[in-house]
Amino acid sequence: MRLDIEGLSVDAGAVRLVDDIRLVVDSGAFVGLVGPNGSGKSTLLRCVYRALRPADGVVRLDGDDVQAMEPRAAAKVLAALPQESSAEFDFTVAEVVGMGRLPHRDRTAASDREICAGAMERTGVAHLADRGFLALSGGERQRVLIARALAQRPRVLVLDEPTNHLDIAHQLDVLSLVRSSGLTVLAALHDLNLAAAHCDLLYVIAGGRIVASGPPHDVLHPALLAEVFGVRAHPVRHPETGAVQLLFDLLPPTP
Amino acid sequence: MRRIPQPLLVVGLVLLLGVSLVCGVGMGAAGIGTADVFRFLWAGVTGGTVHAGDAAAYTIVWEIRLPRVVLAAVVGAGLSAVGVAVQAMVRNALADPFVLGISSGAAVGANAVILLGAFAGLGVWALSVSAFASALAAMVLVYAVARSPHGLTPLRLILTGTALAYGFEAVTTVMVFSAARGEAARSAMMWLLGSLGGATWPQVPLAAVTVAVGWAWLRWRAESLNALAMGDETSAALGVQPGRLRRELFLVTAAVTGTVVAVSGAIGFVGLMVPHLVRMLVGADHRRVLAVAPLAGAVLLVWADVLSRLLLAPAELPVGVITAVVGVPAFLLLMRRGGYAFGGR
Repeated sequence: MRLDIEGLSVDAGAVRLVDDIRLVVDSGAFVGLVGPNGSGKSTLLRCVYRALRPADGVVRLDGDDVQAMEPRAAAKVLAALPQESSAEFDFTVAEVVGMGRLPHRDRTAASDREICAGAMERTGVAHLADRGFLALSGGERQRVLIARALAQRPRVLVLDEPTNHLDIAHQLDVLSLVRSSGLTVLAALHDLNLAAAHCDLLYVIAGGRIVASGPPHDVLHPALLAEVFGVRAHPVRHPETGAVQLLFDLLPPTP
Repeated sequence: MRRIPQPLLVVGLVLLLGVSLVCGVGMGAAGIGTADVFRFLWAGVTGGTVHAGDAAAYTIVWEIRLPRVVLAAVVGAGLSAVGVAVQAMVRNALADPFVLGISSGAAVGANAVILLGAFAGLGVWALSVSAFASALAAMVLVYAVARSPHGLTPLRLILTGTALAYGFEAVTTVMVFSAARGEAARSAMMWLLGSLGGATWPQVPLAAVTVAVGWAWLRWRAESLNALAMGDETSAALGVQPGRLRRELFLVTAAVTGTVVAVSGAIGFVGLMVPHLVRMLVGADHRRVLAVAPLAGAVLLVWADVLSRLLLAPAELPVGVITAVVGVPAFLLLMRRGGYAFGGR
């Protein structure tokens, strides 16, 4: 399923958080959204998974305006992992994953169980089914939330910094899990090397506007990184894989 | 912690509630044997006759104890269901039905009747009507103040409710202190701590219907409550509009709390404790919690009311004192057993 964001703007009072953004995620593509803190990544994603109503512009799923869709109908095709992951009540892992079935009306307890079991199997959390969600480690929680998203049986997945607070092994693990889902993915990512390695296409957002887009290594060139992130970047080749990696340090102070 | 299968728990609680109701009718300052209780109940239901010598006991059973015990069950069920709803609505494990300031608002109306003799024209209905009307007024005020461009956010709701509750309590206190009669202050205190002593048959139907409708609605929305408990954004991503759900919850909560408080005063602790107690038994899933909590609350309050009549018989203690005295140790004991996270760690 294809995701189109057209002329999207979001205001908070008099401040424009997101300004006239145009973004396309082709069916089955993994598109990354990178940008410094406060650049509008989360705000943009919130509009996509309908937690926020934009001031202007539309988000389309295969041409249909998501704001005009019935909430459950939208949730059947689009799943999201927001940044919040603090449940106040001690749900078990199976219960959290089971929530993914909520948007579906024509379902039975048996079919729900089967779909949830499959989702937990795919993300490797089946053995945690009866554990409390609050007792899990960060990496386990993220896998559980991905299982919940998969249990939703969506065609588009929106992720807001899914690798936050995870150690490096779990970061790689989560992204390859998402990649292997085969879904259309739009993800806000913090780590530029990780984004470059996993995404088909990157959009760079700064001050609420898209300032660059394209294949990762065309986009992440030192001049743009200096301008947007305020860092000096040195591209180097990985000695074994040959993949380009970026090393960073602060920009030299300008006199 | 091992969980008891839900159907077993529901059937068990329904049976227990039946037994509790019969015991509740039989026990009190004047003890009445179980056989007599059944005989009088049968006579009451079928419109049969009783001996002239039994008339006093029959009146106690049918006109005084039964409405009281039934109302205790209704109030206990209502407070527990609403407690679950409020905790999910404001996403806070410390919340109870009174956190929104509705009960403090009701207290102003009730005490205006008790202490100042307001609405005297309404006769026996003055207390309930006045309490409900001021609960409603408090609800409108809390809603109006808590609303923001971002809708009803949990923290604003709690803060507004708590702040306004202090205001309402101040008004009540001024009324109590300026009351001429000492006995009136005692009745005011009794109302504030909750009592089912004034229960009559005419109060039962409206309270029962409100609680039943509220409970049914909450049970129907139980899955959406699960989503809401995970956060507003998660909820939106699952197709549940958090703003709209929270508004609906506010309305249901206010209606049930207002009705219950109007007939029984502000009985504390039930709405806080029973939801947690039930989560310890069946887990956090609101579908199970909402099936079990109102039944558990009903049983608990029937017995709390029995104790409030027995402990200092023929005098009565406020039932809120019993729920606290018995409930607190039981609750702390269960909490210490572990295996249950109240939300966060």
